[in-house]
Amino acid sequence: MKTKITKNWLWMLPAAAFLGVLLYGCSPNGEFGSSAEAAEKVYVAPGEYDEFYGFFSGGYNGQMGVYGLPSGRHLYTIPVFSQAPVNGYGYSEETKAMLNTTHGFVPWGDAHHPELSQTDGETDGRWIFINENNTPRIARIGLDDFRTQEIIEIPNSAGNHASSFVTPNTEYVSAATRFSIPMDEENLDNMDVSIDSYKENFKGTISFIKVSDEGKMSIDFQIMMPGFDYDLSHAGKGPSNGWSFFTSYNSEEANTLLEINASKNDKDFIAAINWKKAAEYVEQGEGRMIPGEHVRNYIDHEEGGVAKSETIDEVRVLDPRELEGIAYFLPTPKSPHGVDVDPTGQYIIAGGKLSTVIPVHSFAKMEQAIEDEDYAGEVMGIPVLTYDSILHGEVENPGLGPLHTEFDGKGNAYTTAFISSEIVKWDIENTEVLDRIDVYYSPGHLMIPGGDTQNPDGKYLVSLNKITKDRYLPTGPEMFHSAQLIDISGDKMKLLLDFPTEGEPHYAQGIAAEKVIENQKRFYKLENNTHPQATTSEKQTRVERNGNEVHVYMTTIRSHFTPDNIEGIKVGDEVYFHVTNLEQDWDVPHGFAMIGANNAELLIMPGETLTLKWEPKKVGVFPFYCTDFCSALHQEMQGYVRVSPAGSDVEVAYGTGGEMTKASVVGQ
Amino acid sequence: MTSILVEGKVKAPLFFKLDLESKNESTMKTKSRIGMAVAALLLIGVYLFPIWSISLEAPQYPEGIGLNIWINTIEGKRPQDLQNVNGLNHYIGMKPIQPDSIAELKYMPPIIGFMLVGGLLVALFGNRKWVLSWLILFMLLAIVGLVDFYLWEYDYGHNLNPDAPIKVPGMNYQPPLIGSKKIMNFTATSLPHIGFLFALSSMVMAGGVWWLEGKNKHPKKKLNWGSKVND
Repeated sequence: MKTKITKNWLWMLPAAAFLGVLLYGCSPNGEFGSSAEAAEKVYVAPGEYDEFYGFFSGGYNGQMGVYGLPSGRHLYTIPVFSQAPVNGYGYSEETKAMLNTTHGFVPWGDAHHPELSQTDGETDGRWIFINENNTPRIARIGLDDFRTQEIIEIPNSAGNHASSFVTPNTEYVSAATRFSIPMDEENLDNMDVSIDSYKENFKGTISFIKVSDEGKMSIDFQIMMPGFDYDLSHAGKGPSNGWSFFTSYNSEEANTLLEINASKNDKDFIAAINWKKAAEYVEQGEGRMIPGEHVRNYIDHEEGGVAKSETIDEVRVLDPRELEGIAYFLPTPKSPHGVDVDPTGQYIIAGGKLSTVIPVHSFAKMEQAIEDEDYAGEVMGIPVLTYDSILHGEVENPGLGPLHTEFDGKGNAYTTAFISSEIVKWDIENTEVLDRIDVYYSPGHLMIPGGDTQNPDGKYLVSLNKITKDRYLPTGPEMFHSAQLIDISGDKMKLLLDFPTEGEPHYAQGIAAEKVIENQKRFYKLENNTHPQATTSEKQTRVERNGNEVHVYMTTIRSHFTPDNIEGIKVGDEVYFHVTNLEQDWDVPHGFAMIGANNAELLIMPGETLTLKWEPKKVGVFPFYCTDFCSALHQEMQGYVRVSPAGSDVEVAYGTGGEMTKASVVGQ
Repeated sequence: MTSILVEGKVKAPLFFKLDLESKNESTMKTKSRIGMAVAALLLIGVYLFPIWSISLEAPQYPEGIGLNIWINTIEGKRPQDLQNVNGLNHYIGMKPIQPDSIAELKYMPPIIGFMLVGGLLVALFGNRKWVLSWLILFMLLAIVGLVDFYLWEYDYGHNLNPDAPIKVPGMNYQPPLIGSKKIMNFTATSLPHIGFLFALSSMVMAGGVWWLEGKNKHPKKKLNWGSKVND
């Protein structure tokens, strides 16, 4: 008997081996019937455009990545909070000031949550905002030229995480402290106190930054909040327009080993802020102005293209203990991360990282509970509503570690589950799970174009995964993050595409390409160049010495610099190359690189002027050249600077293709 | 064209009828006078639209690049095109096109103005001979203009700076007078623009007036060339 069984069992071995050979090479994902079908859906033929722009935060690279969807092609990276040697952003004299803060020049940032500007609750393609978590700031990027146009610092804040979410008509972009800090009651000054005095001294703030019609940002008011960690946010819409919702964790108010000590409470809070009411208080002159020094940097290519910094000394603060009706707490299980409002604006959905359900709050019930004063308690003057009174329902079995939810506009919600590494589709009205799909691995945010607005384009979903491991050819210990494109047009979700993304994308936004294409600039018009050191024709080019400062007013056009021979520079001089690109055609930038420059190159767009500072340290003749392969004679696009010893009597002279001109000496 | 005629018919008679209608046999019918006036007024179009177009296409210029020649200037089809054409041309040593220094662009507006006023006077006096004279003068001017344009293109295409970075032995860069031609990586296409079509319509109109006038007055006679017909 025994031999027979063994024999039977042994018989199966070659069969298993055969099956193994058959299955070898099949996709381990297995969701999609045929990979040809998936390929067809993401294929964008050569010369064709993607249907959507995807704007992905760069996380710790401090920038914003631009991707085409559904192809996943990386189109561009917009420098925002970090210096970008690739084009000189944050290095050139024109752009350095964009990175000024009250801490001085900060060359790096941590970019988390891009949010497109909206009109009537829909993306409008004017701007995209993004927050900096480390040194609290918000940037505004113009979608006409894909450049950072403004950065404003947020005072009385540390860890600007619950940011930068916009209201339905971009009246406000909001911000909140992830890390509470000790702040005195009077002026919200950061205090020199023992860290373990957390419960006594630490506070948070929620800020509303007004956005003007031209996009100019100014802090309208800050609301003083209990010392929790404010994590994420979304503005209300439709019936809930006028409110914004902020998740918080660490309602335990722990100051050390938060992974244990901030995970104790069964419920933390969503802060519901009535920003319309707060704005009314502000108009009535309520609250008070306190010192709140912060820096605003802006650059406008129609106004010279030189970044300016201004310091604003004060900020208005509102205290919920004094002003009724601006803040309420919605109890929410457990250490909630994302908070998302469905397209109808009726439901507020939280992703409780440690919760076994997804709670869905009803805005109507919340309003009723406020009217009925159905309170379970109060924290720092802020009423805590009763969980059961405001609950629309709980999604059972939503996966482990639910984080973020987006919507398709057809009554469905999609939630990422970090721990079980899946996306769960569920019905908003009856809170029942409809479908689930594995993603690789551990999704953080997810994005559906328009998926957090009143009008989502429910065709594709992007899962922004936190762990990459074996998804691509290995690149050593460090690798790009993995994004996955999922087809959500049918009942079942289908995995279409993997694509790597640079930095660490947190949130992303998507928008129909046609909303952005029509306003695209192709180059800056030379006649509108009002840069103070612009040379809009070769005739104006010159070199001027003023003490040990030398200003070279230079132009570029295919394929030469004017001037390209410069003499009379001395060791110890500060040389400023003001380079104007005279080209007036699409995609003809010129680069400017100077040997030994301690900063970066310049990449000058047609019609633009940029300035590189160079401090020569050695005697000799040094070349400079164009770094962008601009033309057939790009390799010829070069020049020389002669550097003489300090104190030398070589006169400043310059020229291109002819006799040298003696330079004018200013101030001597 | 018909609608213009109809409009002319409605408005013009009051002005023309008074003293000119009933003169001697050599005067033309009102209808013909209006026709001639319209022929002259069509020349206004020459001021309002470019007369000639040169378009360049190359792989690097997916949307094309080109010049419109107006009666008094040369402009890029998009504002930056002239600068870019000159930028490209400097590699082959072609002179930059500077509208301000091209004499023809100064002569052309008054010449067309003279033809316009002259045409109106011909209509006013209604002499068929004069219609023909006007037409012949106009056609001569047009031929001179085209020959001049050809010579201008020849000069730009052949008289190249000897220091040019790109020199191809035996190569010239003259664009075609009319039609398309491959010049290095570019396909150059030269065609009349709307302004020229207005001038052409004006000629056809005047020719028609002359022909119809002759036909009506001598319905059985064979048409003769020249001004002797009416005398």
